[in-house]
Amino acid sequence: MNNIALKSRSGNKVANRKVISDTLLDLAKENSDIYVLTSDSRGSASMVQFGNELPEQLIEVGIAEQNLVGISAGLASVGKKPFVASPACFLSMRSIEQIKVDVAYSNSNVKLIGISGGVSYGALGMSHHSVQDLAVTRAIPGLHVMMPADRHETKKMIEALIDYDTPAYVRIGRNPVEDSYLNEDYDFEIGKAVEMNQGNDITIIASGETVRVALDTACALKDSDINCRVLNMHTIKPLDEVAIIKAAKETGKIITLEEHSIYGGLGAAVSEVVSQNHPVPMKIIGIPDEPAITGKTPEVFKHYGINAENISNIAKEMIHHN
Amino acid sequence: MIVLVDESFLKRKSIQIRKDLLEMIYNAGTGHTGSSLSNTDILTALYYGVMRIDPENSNWQDRDRYVQSKGHAVESYWTVLADKGFFPKDELKTFSQFGSKLIGHPNNKMPGVEMNTGALGHGLSISVGMALGAKKDGKSYRVFTLMGDGEQAEGSIWEAAMAASHYKLDNLIGIIDRNNLQITGSTRDVMNNEPLDEKWKSFGWEVIEVDGNDVVELVEVLNNAPYKTDKPTLILANTVKGKGVSLAENVVGWHHKVPSEEEYKQAMDELTERLEVLK
Ligand SMILES: Cc1ncc(C[n+]2csc(CCOP(=O)(O)OP(=O)(O)O)c2C)c(N)n1
Repeated sequence: MNNIALKSRSGNKVANRKVISDTLLDLAKENSDIYVLTSDSRGSASMVQFGNELPEQLIEVGIAEQNLVGISAGLASVGKKPFVASPACFLSMRSIEQIKVDVAYSNSNVKLIGISGGVSYGALGMSHHSVQDLAVTRAIPGLHVMMPADRHETKKMIEALIDYDTPAYVRIGRNPVEDSYLNEDYDFEIGKAVEMNQGNDITIIASGETVRVALDTACALKDSDINCRVLNMHTIKPLDEVAIIKAAKETGKIITLEEHSIYGGLGAAVSEVVSQNHPVPMKIIGIPDEPAITGKTPEVFKHYGINAENISNIAKEMIHHN
Repeated sequence: MIVLVDESFLKRKSIQIRKDLLEMIYNAGTGHTGSSLSNTDILTALYYGVMRIDPENSNWQDRDRYVQSKGHAVESYWTVLADKGFFPKDELKTFSQFGSKLIGHPNNKMPGVEMNTGALGHGLSISVGMALGAKKDGKSYRVFTLMGDGEQAEGSIWEAAMAASHYKLDNLIGIIDRNNLQITGSTRDVMNNEPLDEKWKSFGWEVIEVDGNDVVELVEVLNNAPYKTDKPTLILANTVKGKGVSLAENVVGWHHKVPSEEEYKQAMDELTERLEVLK
């Protein structure tokens, strides 16, 4: 685990959308079956360069998200590997029926990239936030749901998905994110959580950009002699139940962190496993059931207590309560 | 293109398919009788006179593609696929039974079905993707999509219509089963979508109007598509909902109605008689 950027921060900040674009461009140059589909979203998906270099492999459908997903399913059915890049808020809501029927139910090998996800559209408000997408996509059989933590994980995730035939929804944010890993020198496996920090006093399970917050919290707790396990649940479905049950048994307390509604997302998924296998006290931290406050992601996170200070306090309370 | 078709075979086939689907619906106690009878001639034309397909090799890469956007009329679809030999005809007996793969909407667990449909308004987008894939690969297969006229109210159809002409998909043939009825009543009353021909033309499609219950005319018209290089074709097929069974023809209530024993007998007798005449 010496590749986890627990303390030694690079200060490097890269947007995951740029990583996806670069990774797909590299792969698509070698594989003409790879297509990127956009809905007037190539700029926000950082796909301009991809479109310039491989114009035949970028399909623009205009502002028509239902059509976007339907066309991708059709392309997949004739042997293509379509990657759909469209804002998570629209992709996961406007075209959810196409995702359910044309993609998941028909088992079409489409990879849905929800860009600008969570609250990363900041000031644009609830129409543009997507903090219900995990809840919706997670309930659809036959669809994987994933969320990478940083640039290293994003790259490995996209590479893993290229030759992986199950349809998937991958949600990323809009803004540059700090590293959680030092490099790509680790095993990434779809459906398998990464233990980012060892510890037996409590577990924090996080995914996406909240993994960095979980690592910061583990650092803060370390100063109080609390050893906090950190699980990076980059795959929300299929969920790594083994890692969750193990954490429940070995650490006895679990906190979940997510850039998503506290309903139906990572916390809900984890509690479904914990409550039915090894019930332990849990705390679900995320966006409450309200139109999320607007602002920059760190401001919004702080407002809702998604920061190291608040979470270490909660962790201490849970530990001392025992 | 000149196509040699056995007119009498096609006509008899479309009646036999009607008998088979009625039997299936009657035995299952469920089914979209009116909707399926409405597009039986279209399916018969496609599967017996138009599409390049191989039931022995249902995943043949160069096959023509068919997407049934009006998925609810699955009874005609299952019956035709079974008759073509995509799966044993005996399986029709399991239609809508517990755990059967022959469910009440197209399901690609069955050979011959490309895509799962049932939610209206999806099929044309999927077909655009398929047709685009064919163009990218330089392949010559065609993609056929069957839509309902009530279904035209779905906005997603028009997203797809726009994309098809934008991408010059002359290998795409959309067919509208224009029977003027939907569930609640006449399509004009529920949500008027006329003039359909002008709408599709203005979206950049070549529109051909045809008697959608004339299987011979359908074969000819479908085989001649595309009519314009670089333009998708829209076949406006004027049909009668419930066609071939007098008591169900043009009656809105037959959209999803199962015949009683008496009605069933009457319907089967009528079809058998027609078949005799054609022998
Ligand atoms: C998205 C969606 N909405 C509603 C339905 C329910 N539904 C099934 S058939 C039908 C009427 C279809 O009418 P039309 O397109 O004219 O087809 P017809 O059966 O008359 O040929 C409706 C509303 C559906 N299957 N999908």
